[in-house]
Amino acid sequence: MSYTLKLRIWRGDRDGGEIQDFPVEVSDGEVVLDAIHRVQATQAGDLAVRWNCKAGKCGSCSAEVNGRPRLMCMCRLSDFEQDETITVTPMRTFPVIRDLVTDVSFNYEKAKQLPAASLGPRDADGKRRMAQVDVERGQEFRKCIECFLCQDVCHVVRDHEDNKEAFAGPRFFLRYAELDMHPLDTHDRRELAQGAAGLGMCNITKCCTEVCPEGIRITDNAIIPMKERVVDKKFDPLVWLGSKIGLRTKDDEGRVEV
Amino acid sequence: MTTTTNGPGEGRHPMTGNAMSGEARGGMERHTYDVVVVGAGGAGLRAAIAAHDAGARTAIVCKSLLGKAHTVMAEGGIAAAMGNRWPEDNWEVHFRDTMRGGKMLNNWRMAQLHAQEAPERVQELEDWGALFDRTEDGLISQRDFGGHKYARLAHVGDRTGLEMIRTLQQRAVSLGIDVFMECTVTDVFKDGGRVSGAFAYWRESGRFIVFDAPSVILATGGIGKSFKVTSNSWEYTGDGHALAMRAGASLINMEFVQFHPTGMVWPPSVKGLLVTESVRGDGGILKNSEGERFMFDYIPEFFRAETADTVEEADAWYEDKKNNRRPPELLPRDEVARAINSEIKAGRGTPHGGIYLDIASRRSPEFIRKRLPSMYHQFKELADVDITAEPMEIGPTCHYVMGGVEVDADTQESAVTGLYAVGECSGGMHGSNRLGGNSLGDLLVFGKRAGEHASTYAASLGDARPQVDEADVKAAQESALAPFEVEGGENPYSIQSDLQQSMNDLVGIIRTRTELEESLGEIEAFKERARTMVVEGHRQYNPGWHLALDLRNMLVVSECIAKAALAREESRGGHTRDDFPGPDPAWGTKNLVVTLDAAGTGVELHEKTLPEMPDELKGYFA
Amino acid sequence: MASTDQGVTSPTRARITERTLRQDRWWLQPLTTFVVFSAFVVYATVRAFMGRDYYASPYLSPFYSPCLGDCVEGASDFGQPFAWWPLSAALIILIFPLGFRMTCYYYRKAYYRAFWLSPPACGVAEPHQSYSGESKLPLVLQNVHRYFWYAAVLVGLVLTFDVVLAFRPMPAEYAVGDGETSGIHMGLGTLLMILNVAFIWLYTLSCHSCRHIVGGRLRHFSQHPVRYRLWTWVSRLNTSHGKWAWYSLFSVAIVDLYIFLLATGTIQDVRFF
Repeated sequence: MSYTLKLRIWRGDRDGGEIQDFPVEVSDGEVVLDAIHRVQATQAGDLAVRWNCKAGKCGSCSAEVNGRPRLMCMCRLSDFEQDETITVTPMRTFPVIRDLVTDVSFNYEKAKQLPAASLGPRDADGKRRMAQVDVERGQEFRKCIECFLCQDVCHVVRDHEDNKEAFAGPRFFLRYAELDMHPLDTHDRRELAQGAAGLGMCNITKCCTEVCPEGIRITDNAIIPMKERVVDKKFDPLVWLGSKIGLRTKDDEGRVEV
Repeated sequence: MTTTTNGPGEGRHPMTGNAMSGEARGGMERHTYDVVVVGAGGAGLRAAIAAHDAGARTAIVCKSLLGKAHTVMAEGGIAAAMGNRWPEDNWEVHFRDTMRGGKMLNNWRMAQLHAQEAPERVQELEDWGALFDRTEDGLISQRDFGGHKYARLAHVGDRTGLEMIRTLQQRAVSLGIDVFMECTVTDVFKDGGRVSGAFAYWRESGRFIVFDAPSVILATGGIGKSFKVTSNSWEYTGDGHALAMRAGASLINMEFVQFHPTGMVWPPSVKGLLVTESVRGDGGILKNSEGERFMFDYIPEFFRAETADTVEEADAWYEDKKNNRRPPELLPRDEVARAINSEIKAGRGTPHGGIYLDIASRRSPEFIRKRLPSMYHQFKELADVDITAEPMEIGPTCHYVMGGVEVDADTQESAVTGLYAVGECSGGMHGSNRLGGNSLGDLLVFGKRAGEHASTYAASLGDARPQVDEADVKAAQESALAPFEVEGGENPYSIQSDLQQSMNDLVGIIRTRTELEESLGEIEAFKERARTMVVEGHRQYNPGWHLALDLRNMLVVSECIAKAALAREESRGGHTRDDFPGPDPAWGTKNLVVTLDAAGTGVELHEKTLPEMPDELKGYFA
Repeated sequence: MASTDQGVTSPTRARITERTLRQDRWWLQPLTTFVVFSAFVVYATVRAFMGRDYYASPYLSPFYSPCLGDCVEGASDFGQPFAWWPLSAALIILIFPLGFRMTCYYYRKAYYRAFWLSPPACGVAEPHQSYSGESKLPLVLQNVHRYFWYAAVLVGLVLTFDVVLAFRPMPAEYAVGDGETSGIHMGLGTLLMILNVAFIWLYTLSCHSCRHIVGGRLRHFSQHPVRYRLWTWVSRLNTSHGKWAWYSLFSVAIVDLYIFLLATGTIQDVRFF
């Protein structure tokens, strides 16, 4: 069963642009990305859009659908009324390149600044041993497909361009948390998380968690635990006192601050 | 104007590495490297890491953003005989499984190297931060997969590919390797018989780049986009295959295209999307519309001795692998895909033209959600199907090409000096059919080898490096801009769509002489249409133009597949001829090799004898 | 609204003038939060400053427990070390539950959104020109949350003790029918206090700091099986931390209101036995 979708798409570039109407034939079971592709194939061959897997696994087709950050390939038309207008715009936190394509280099820059995993030597038989319960927290964070919707929705940078310098964003707090919870990693990145990555700027309003297409509980499982870990290091006099008199948890042994 | 830079800081765009603003007029960007890797999937990243570690100045050039390559779609795992679950497992068993899965048409040396080196490559990923699922002893867990005798696939739920690409990506970034994102390579330059560089354009700005580099590693992946129903994304247009051919290298085994037995069939927008083999590895079974578990009717003679022939034995195998044989659902992919195809053709298909894959009635919802989280997610979100409560509808989908650039097994170098190919765009390793889990291992093992050899070769040249000929640069530029010069032609989208339909109908899972001949005729017609295709708009981020350039590669590759498929008059692995239903021992010793013809407009076919295995390896198949 | 050319309308972004293109009623949630929290704050402030009608034997209002100031007879179960305190006794102890809630990760989210509009809702531009989050004074002090949690555990214990006391026989002046005979009493007030203390405990134990302290801070769960078990329990409660925050907010207010009505003689306790 097909019908004509009232689709509106922002078209333009750095110099300006506007939301234009592209009424397009769509059918049952299709997603917003299908509609965009049909516009591209039939009405606007040069409509710029990023996409790859079309299955919610690569995180390329991030955009804003009716003002909400979404993956276009996971945004089913059946979630809307047939007579509803659907407005698609590029992500509004990153500089626009053209049409629905934005310059997401902010994220790749932040990735470069993050000290990578650094494990100690392997066991004598050349293998490593980690318990499943010890890797599970990190595994949740490594589900991240880097669609950067959390970065897009985060008001710290969305509404304040000048914070981009000092703030790494939810995607990289996930990474800090993952490494800090890694059972064999040897680095202590808590100072960095608070300092260089700007963890303190997050006011835990949870929009990153709301938009995550992978359902990662970014705020509860990564950012808040990371904030608490920073408190251990920087703001908790009892922990500080404990460490002075030798009441240090063995759990942190062998970690080197970077 | 010439810019030669190596650090991202020198006025280059921070993400893409673009040294020129989109507004700048004229000019051409120029970079010098020792090794240029084309493609940033598992193979490309591993090759770049190896080249960098070996001391080469290395660049990665990729069509998409970093980390989006199709490796993320690999779900099941990385096949490596680490013996964490089954101490009996070792490289010899893995080697034997690989060769048998490929119906003995594999390049034995590649299969051997792969089986021997895969375990260390997996351990390496763990050193770099990958978090694999664990066994009770804390070792990397390994799961069952089709065609593998023992549980052998290192995995992370059903998103192993994502884990792998993220790990490699993070490693490459931390090493500071230069990455050119959203940048497409359209030509490989040569000086005499040797590679001298590559030509590319920025997708963002449409501007051109020349890379001066004596080593180019092709890691561009597959050709799936030539088919209508495919699990591949837009990127898989056979770029590496076509680049190699145009540079004078040859392709091998192009008739062997793997149709994955389980792709989604509904809704239409996701038709072809992959459903991981792990569903079957973890207990899922195939049923037709009459509710019959039909795979027992399709056990071929070749695998009869090791496949269960009763439901009881098949079900007991999941718990006790020593005393039971494998369920027929876990036969190699080509067998299962053909069986599904036959059931659908016989009228026992589901309402949407597939068959049922059922795990809901066999495993608890908790088990399914734990072991197959992304499958659960995928069906819930895209098809509104709860796989813990109802069966999935699935059908075969074009997934992987076994064929690719003919390379030396140890170095991955093609017939052209300085040109290397790894991963899906290389050929030989998988023979006529690839086992699940062997592709991720392939990427790592041969990525590393290619990176090291490319680097060694580049270093050996000293100052006597091949030079890029300016006339070639000019020709490459004109060729890339040609679609803008045409007037009144048709748009590339419609040609692409017709090509995909034609390949699906005529060169698909079951082939015959008449249809293959028809397809070659149609491909000629598409080539003619492509000569006059036209793109609208300008060069800045213009997907129509990008497709027009990719389409040329798709046409060459499609012709290779159809021609080779017509020549091979037997059925073997990923190549099934209705008119020659069985394997032919005479064909079992031959590879088909394709090269570009002298005029550069068509392809030529040659037969080549398969390299012979040394006697000590032959012993495994006695 | 103030200009936001620092944000979604800054020059490099896609040129769209609307501060949001959301079409749903995104303002409903922050508005509801604003109204309810404001109402609670007004009510709690009034009640805390009243300094009377907080004890209707055997019930003691949670706003005044423990009653350490110059409290009415029977209300002070822990003595009156602050008997010199001239103001309402509630003000001595209320800082602890108040501080716990003010620094709570859930409440922070709720009031940053509803009161400070930072942001009002996801994908809706906030009206502020600059922003430094919790990285500077005073908001950096939110990091003391765990100390308020320690205090909240003590408060929870006191409130639990109050519930036990709420089973005491009533004095004669409140007695209905033929007066007090049995040693145990239970009325609607007791029931409300049980519910209240249950919600308070669920709220307190589901706290993010609690989750960190019991096990979240570890990097090797496998070496601490008991703490891991505790962590999984707290984690399960933690998913509903926001819900417990609301329920306990209401229950505290309702218990106090009930006791207020009893103490002023407006109503009489419904007695079960």
